[in-house]
Amino acid sequence: MAAAGQELTPTTYIGHHLTNRTVSLGDSTFWTLHLDTWLTAVMLGIIGFGFLWWIARGATAGVPNKRQAFVEMLFDFVDDQVKGIFHGNRAFVAPLALTVFVWVFLMNAMDFIPVDLAALFTEHGLQQREWKPVPTSDVNTTFALALSVFALMIFYNLKVKGVGGWIHELFCTPFGSNFLVMPLNFLFNLVEYISKPLSHSLRLYGNIYAGEIIFMLLWMWAATGLVGSIFGGALALGWAIFHILIVALQAYIFMMLTIVYMAMAHESH
Amino acid sequence: MNLNVTMVAQAVTFFVFIFFCAKFVWPPMVKAIEARQKQIADGLTAAEEGKKSLESASKQADAAIAQARGRATEIVAQAEKRVSQMIEEAKNAAKAEGDREKAAAKSEIEQEVSRAKETLRTQVATLAVAGAEKILKREVDAKAHADILSDVQKQL
Repeated sequence: MAAAGQELTPTTYIGHHLTNRTVSLGDSTFWTLHLDTWLTAVMLGIIGFGFLWWIARGATAGVPNKRQAFVEMLFDFVDDQVKGIFHGNRAFVAPLALTVFVWVFLMNAMDFIPVDLAALFTEHGLQQREWKPVPTSDVNTTFALALSVFALMIFYNLKVKGVGGWIHELFCTPFGSNFLVMPLNFLFNLVEYISKPLSHSLRLYGNIYAGEIIFMLLWMWAATGLVGSIFGGALALGWAIFHILIVALQAYIFMMLTIVYMAMAHESH
Repeated sequence: MNLNVTMVAQAVTFFVFIFFCAKFVWPPMVKAIEARQKQIADGLTAAEEGKKSLESASKQADAAIAQARGRATEIVAQAEKRVSQMIEEAKNAAKAEGDREKAAAKSEIEQEVSRAKETLRTQVATLAVAGAEKILKREVDAKAHADILSDVQKQL
């Protein structure tokens, strides 16, 4: 949806929908806040966890109603995954996994709202010229999540193994404690530790961002005429159905990797 | 990729939500689920115990019934024995009574017979005397021949 007087080209269309609403908090470019990403994420979190809190507060040990049964199913699902991978006290890791799953799922699910409908609301309802509605298609969000998990991983490595134990692990695994293979060990671990948050965040970002782009390309085809509308609409329907899987799957993968990283941090070799 | 303060904001938000979840959402829900699991487990255990006690109770009942049946048979046997004994006693008593009555009747009959004999003898004596008187055509002095008469009477 281009502004009046501006020609609608694929570049302006996609650019428009993928431009963040920014607020500058300081002089350098680092101090730019993506208001849309952050606000949408916060709202989704409040809705999602507010709902869970509401159910958990009134949870009964007796016969649950349908709402509670649904939430219990979700809890059981997450708890089962954690139980299968993480052997230890789940008092923190299980809620962490639940938070990751629910939040990422909701943020991904913003993809289900057609971009132009979302833009209609944000432009005319909120009077925001630019508003990118899917927080996980912003690399800041995925990096924030992955680096937070990374920080927790380092924290638990130090907590469980101690500074000495962790350093020992960095230099003595996977090839053994021979003096000659120590640099190789360290190099291996370094690559592993760098690739973990990178793959963790970029996998989610790439999937959701690519999904958005494909939707937009189809919508642009739909804007070219009747034939384009029919084929574009049909293909977009197919892609939307497939996207349901991607949204849920990416949230699931993100959660599983979080649990795996936590489990690895707690296990010494 | 323009990384900026959004990342920091999202990370802070993430930790706030993790804290919220770990503090207010996860524990009550898991508590409720675990409480229900315990209830169900307790219920199943109680059902198992109930089944066991039912089994033992029915076993006890069977034993009691068998015992009662045995006792009833015993009582019936005793009663039958007693009845046959009583019948036997009654029979014996009746027989004894009959014998006694028979004996009494017999003795009475004997008495009657002897009395009749006596009477007959007296009458026969009188007849004989009368006959003799007629034969002799004379009066027999009853007093004078009393010894003869009593002798005849005795011979009869």
